[in-house]
Amino acid sequence: MRLIVCIKQVPDTAEVRINPETNTLIREGVPSIINPYDMHALEAAIAIKERKGGKVTVLTMGPPQAETALREAISIGADDGVLLTDRAFAGSDTWATSFALYKAALKIGFDIIICGKQAIDGDTAQVGPEMAEFLNIPHISYVKAIEDISESSITVQRMMDDGYDVVRSKLPVLLTVVKELNTPRLPSLKGKMAAKKAVINKMTKESIEAEEDNLGLKGSPTMVKNIFAPEAKKDRKMLTGSIEQQVDQLLEELRRLKCV
Amino acid sequence: MRIVIEQNRCIGCGACVESCPYSAILIEAEKASINEYCQLCRACLSVCPEGAIIEKSEESDNIEVVDLSAYKGVWVFAEQRDGHVASVAFELLGEGRKLAKELNTELSAVLFGSTEAEAKELIRWGADRVYHCRDRIFDSFNDEPYSQQLIKLITRFKPSIVLSGATPIGRSFIPRVAARLRTGLTADCTALQIDKDSGNLLQIRPAFGGNIMATILCPNRRPQMSTVRPRVMKRCDYEPDRQGEIIEIAAEGLSSNTEVLETHKEASYCKVNLQEAEVIVSGGRGLGNPKGFEMLQELASLLDGSVGASRAAVDEGWIKYSHQVGQTGKTVCPKIYIACGISGAVQHLVGMSSSDIIIAINKNPEAPIFNVANFGIEGDVYEVVPLLIKKIRESK
Ligand SMILES: Cc1cc2nc3c(=O)[nH]c(=O)nc-3n(C[C@H](O)[C@H](O)[C@H](O)COP(=O)(O)OP(=O)(O)OC[C@H]3O[C@@H](n4cnc5c(N)ncnc54)[C@H](O)[C@@H]3O)c2cc1C
Repeated sequence: MRLIVCIKQVPDTAEVRINPETNTLIREGVPSIINPYDMHALEAAIAIKERKGGKVTVLTMGPPQAETALREAISIGADDGVLLTDRAFAGSDTWATSFALYKAALKIGFDIIICGKQAIDGDTAQVGPEMAEFLNIPHISYVKAIEDISESSITVQRMMDDGYDVVRSKLPVLLTVVKELNTPRLPSLKGKMAAKKAVINKMTKESIEAEEDNLGLKGSPTMVKNIFAPEAKKDRKMLTGSIEQQVDQLLEELRRLKCV
Repeated sequence: MRIVIEQNRCIGCGACVESCPYSAILIEAEKASINEYCQLCRACLSVCPEGAIIEKSEESDNIEVVDLSAYKGVWVFAEQRDGHVASVAFELLGEGRKLAKELNTELSAVLFGSTEAEAKELIRWGADRVYHCRDRIFDSFNDEPYSQQLIKLITRFKPSIVLSGATPIGRSFIPRVAARLRTGLTADCTALQIDKDSGNLLQIRPAFGGNIMATILCPNRRPQMSTVRPRVMKRCDYEPDRQGEIIEIAAEGLSSNTEVLETHKEASYCKVNLQEAEVIVSGGRGLGNPKGFEMLQELASLLDGSVGASRAAVDEGWIKYSHQVGQTGKTVCPKIYIACGISGAVQHLVGMSSSDIIIAINKNPEAPIFNVANFGIEGDVYEVVPLLIKKIRESK
């Protein structure tokens, strides 16, 4: 099995805040991490490799510093890493991101590509399915369990609003995975050594043979017009008085809302 | 485009360094500079006291423009499960009506599978026209035939706007459609507007786990596509006598490499059905033990509501994951959300902050949950909730 795991280096958004006065982000040393969902994608790939043999390649598109994310993935158990980096990729929306990743995946070769459900910064969940469309392969989103894998097919559980579906797909396939799938392992000592020594394969727009029109800002149909702080509730009110009085006021509100 | 810092105006104050979520701005020799980490998110533009950070457009910036005038009409993809149209589709028709009116155009729905009766419902909920593809291939959801068929329809009829629910179905196959059509897709929108000057769709959505909101445009390509979060848009009035056109479309030449072998409705999902509940009583770590949820269940039953939970309570094993609300659980938007012993970490807030009325009960007056609450009670849940239950009982 040739497995590709797509990982994205993201700011730890739990620590990103917005300053409501100025409408701007307050970052204060937010650390860069591997997108948490991608850790589950990586774990899934390593588990498949352990069962079926093969090789796990981690692929990321990002600035040169994203190399640290690849080394971290190798310390956890990936075999090698590909860094897709080029100024021409700057400003990519999901269309241009998935286009570049698709071109790189073609160069690497694969039976299964695994992505996280979504990245916690852009939060779109679109890169995986878009990549699958470019590659002309099937995909299954929101995978929460892998039931069976053979040389030519895979059977998984796909999370839905009202439960889950059991879905079988032919290979090659792209999966996007949710946290319920597994518990990511920690780096091993041997892995850490391997990560130090690993040679990261760097790819540019030339090496993936992508036309400039499809990359970066120029390749992106969407643009971010502006960003702003989420609206705070305008009519917020702390109730006062004894607990009994507060409960009475609350009951009054519930009555007004026709809830009681 | 590039974001650049005009060196002669930069005073090296570092305000921009703090503002960048990607650590792409550094101060070197008392001047700020932007490195290749920059994702062009524009977060820094407004922080600079000297106005030294500017957007510099370049000739090569823009994607080639398609003939925008060839695209007309607003479309809603109406998803169905087991033949029943999902409620988000009716919400989108409500929103779609508004947009169509503003653009002086028609509103159409697209229905794959399901029945003629359901197609008629779509008209009564506001559609002027329904494109109905009633092939068995759509009975269960497979991404490839769904996307192949929608691509065909869009290519043929050229709508200007295509909306779909940001559900496991919409978020899974709509990206394939956008990729193939070489157009933009905005994820998980919570508001839509028409830009008065250009007529473009302004697509507003949360990003960074709900910490910021962004307005996204797709100015040069068509259709403009968005997935829209369920339970955010309002339905328009149901008109039982409303007439419209149903156009039957044949499904030809579709193929699928995936196959749905079984579907499992999780009992707890049906019972919980948080996303449909009008009242949710939610508990967090502040409950201290699983018994607390029995009390919340009692309150919820009195209010005809369901029980939710924060991740902390689920992680403690006090209640099942299917009750979890927040970034890693469900997004809910009930009429009333009562948060009991929930501190209000941002990951929880993103899952419930668009509820109509939020009531927070917490011992800690500093708890961030109070920032989003319409009504806050500072107090012990074990004192407040039993009293509330008692008083509701008495009043019945
Ligand atoms: C505020 C804001 C809002 C945005 N909104 C939109 C929008 O609505 N539509 C749009 O098209 N673009 C949008 N973008 C741009 C989008 O965030 C970027 O294109 C981003 O690089 C990819 O999207 P994502 O982070 O949402 O990834 P997702 O699609 O959420 O990521 C899913 C999975 O794809 C893989 N993956 C994603 N990116 C990479 C990568 N660089 N390298 C390797 N694997 C990767 C990972 O496995 C990841 O788990 C927005 C950007 C900002 C700053």
